[in-house]
Amino acid sequence: MSKFTRRGLLKSSAVMGAGMAMPTLITSPVAAYTNEPTGGSVTLGFNVPQTGPYADEGSDELRAYQLAVEHLNGGGDGGMMHTFTSKALKGNGILGKKVEFVTGDTQTKSDAARASAKSMIEKDGAIMITGGSSSGVAIAVQGLCQEAGVIFMAGLTHSNDTTGKDKKANGFRHFFNAYMSGAALAPVLQNAYGKERRAYHLTADYSWGWTQQESIQAATEGIGWETVNNVLTPLATTDFSSYIAPVLNSGADVLILNHYGGNMINSLTSAVQFGLRDKQVNGKNFEIIVPLYSELMAKGAGANIEGVFGSTNWSWTLGDEGTKAFVKSFGEKYGFPPSNAAQTVYAQTLLYADACERAGTFNPCGIGEALEGFEFDGLGNGPTLYRKEDHQCFKDVLVMQGKENPDNEYDALEIVEVTPRAQVEYAPDHPMFAGGSLGKCNPGA
Amino acid sequence: MDALLLQILNGLDKGSAYALIALGLTLIFGTLGVVNFAHGALFMIGAFCAVTFSKILNISKITLDPEKTNFLGKPLEIKTPYVIEWFGESTGAALIDWAVPLSILFAIPVMLLVGYVMERGLIKHFYKRPHADQILVTFGLAIVVGELVKTSFGANPIPTPAPELFRGSFDFGVLIGMEANAVIYPFWRLVYFGFSAVVISSIFAFLQFTTFGMVVRAGMADRETVGLLGIDIDKRFTFMFGVAAAVAGLAGVMYTPINSPNYNMGMDFLVLSFVVVVVGGMGSLPGAVLAGFMLGILESFASMNEVKSFFEMLYLPSIDQIVIYLVAIIVLLVRPRGLMGREGVMED
Repeated sequence: MSKFTRRGLLKSSAVMGAGMAMPTLITSPVAAYTNEPTGGSVTLGFNVPQTGPYADEGSDELRAYQLAVEHLNGGGDGGMMHTFTSKALKGNGILGKKVEFVTGDTQTKSDAARASAKSMIEKDGAIMITGGSSSGVAIAVQGLCQEAGVIFMAGLTHSNDTTGKDKKANGFRHFFNAYMSGAALAPVLQNAYGKERRAYHLTADYSWGWTQQESIQAATEGIGWETVNNVLTPLATTDFSSYIAPVLNSGADVLILNHYGGNMINSLTSAVQFGLRDKQVNGKNFEIIVPLYSELMAKGAGANIEGVFGSTNWSWTLGDEGTKAFVKSFGEKYGFPPSNAAQTVYAQTLLYADACERAGTFNPCGIGEALEGFEFDGLGNGPTLYRKEDHQCFKDVLVMQGKENPDNEYDALEIVEVTPRAQVEYAPDHPMFAGGSLGKCNPGA
Repeated sequence: MDALLLQILNGLDKGSAYALIALGLTLIFGTLGVVNFAHGALFMIGAFCAVTFSKILNISKITLDPEKTNFLGKPLEIKTPYVIEWFGESTGAALIDWAVPLSILFAIPVMLLVGYVMERGLIKHFYKRPHADQILVTFGLAIVVGELVKTSFGANPIPTPAPELFRGSFDFGVLIGMEANAVIYPFWRLVYFGFSAVVISSIFAFLQFTTFGMVVRAGMADRETVGLLGIDIDKRFTFMFGVAAAVAGLAGVMYTPINSPNYNMGMDFLVLSFVVVVVGGMGSLPGAVLAGFMLGILESFASMNEVKSFFEMLYLPSIDQIVIYLVAIIVLLVRPRGLMGREGVMED
């Protein structure tokens, strides 16, 4: 009769298993957080649109990221590291580790962006994800980073929801938002066009468009304007003529285009073709407003943008030392001035690295604490606060106008007003940002 | 009334583009039996012929202005186009201003060549393959062409304005006795409609009144019999592929002032143009033109606020996005061969 019993087998298996696992338990410390760097380098994940409609913004973002990595590793002229008020960065990487990077293509699609971010985190060991040229994408990737336990430093995302109802503890936004655009634009519009205006809105039918429209409507109604209509236009629309045509007979004397990218270029072109800017309605000149501008889009719109008001996060024409240093670094490396997309992602990379240095760790929770409530200057936007309650940066906002006779293709917009930070601030529980909570930071692992 | 008239006019120029693209698609399908999903790319290549020609006219001599500086504090580069240097200020500036219409002369040979290379180099190898294979290979080709254009020209739209003379709009309402500002219509869209009418008429006249056209029509009806008569129908069909490419290209050239071209513009039109072909009837040239204008106008009507509100009450939101497909379903249910489709086409 055999001496093997089921109990005996289980006991010996447990002992053997424990014995086999012992060396691993002794020699391999459990990672404290996702992708804790163990070698001499640390990997950042740059997730930008390399194909699709925002590929030009993505290319400019990538240029700025590469410049930031070069500066962090001690290369080049150091750019805004010299003007940044925090002096934690030494040009020896981050926490003494050389900075390396991987890139992903968001294709300006949420699912593709999540897939590329996931791949960078799981396969390439990226410890931080940054990028995006669309709020839909940014919100999707921010959610993924929260689940995966890595920091997300948002790039070009302007929807209120990114740091409103969809905010996350692991996500941080340097770029301004739709509310700030409205708050900055309203006084300028009142001065330029008066208090008695009737506005017709065309709005891109997705997260950013909705919050942009809500914000600018509230701001213009706040100065006495009436809202005649708001028409949602599908994101895929290329010919806006059938949406523009009814505007003339609507009684409106202002058209507000809550469009971005190719949508903005095409809707503005249609509006100009239909002669809106040459018309007089209600005894006033008909006007067009584009709440969110981008230098690359202004270039695409050509002469149609002349005289049109909008807002931006930053402009290469600003005269502060941080801007000068960044424009010099970027311009000498690439031969043309940077866009405000490039500036925001460069600033985000430096801010992340600086937070790691100040926290003394790559742990997302430590970095989060270092960024929350952080006040800084010297990155091109004047004194700036990373607000603890929603992880939104608060700084001055620029009101821009299309230039009448630009000197060159990079000079299509001019600064009309630098709106002070106090004018665009709002309470964390403002109704336009309500409905979400940061939750707890997730270190993953 | 004025709103209806305005949307009819809007639909006409949109329909013009659909009709021109669908006409080319039908020509290729009718002659070679190929379902060409790269046809939208031909429209886009045509648009970029206008962009390229405009860039050629703007090739400039660069001088440095010592008194002005650029963003890096270095002397500012002053660009003077060579056409202005060579032909003087007024003639040179006029050439640049008229770049889009002039680029037709540039686009025709380019598009004929592109069509020839595409047909001989790739598509002819798929004549005897199933339609699914043809769709896959031509769709893949369209993606490759799009990415190549994006690599060369970037992803953002490139402004390509109409000549100064045709910018702005005119009061169509006043012309027909309505009050001022009731129906405003851009000049260039009227030019586009007129241009497409001329191109469509020319194609029909060519097929109807020339011996070459007669042989092509005979080949479309019965390729085998025409071949038995000793006529090299393949050569004629290859030429027709080039003609179809040129038609799509010209549609693209003239469309650039309406919407600034970008690398994806062909894809935007492709699917809708296929719906137009199917609604018009596979292989029917008049059907393609009729359906193009009809669906263009319907699409314009569907984006009227009143129409959208009405359909929202019927639980059909965003009718402007689905109207073409809805009409396609209805037409195919009532007339499975499309409006003017022939018996036996794509039915084996």
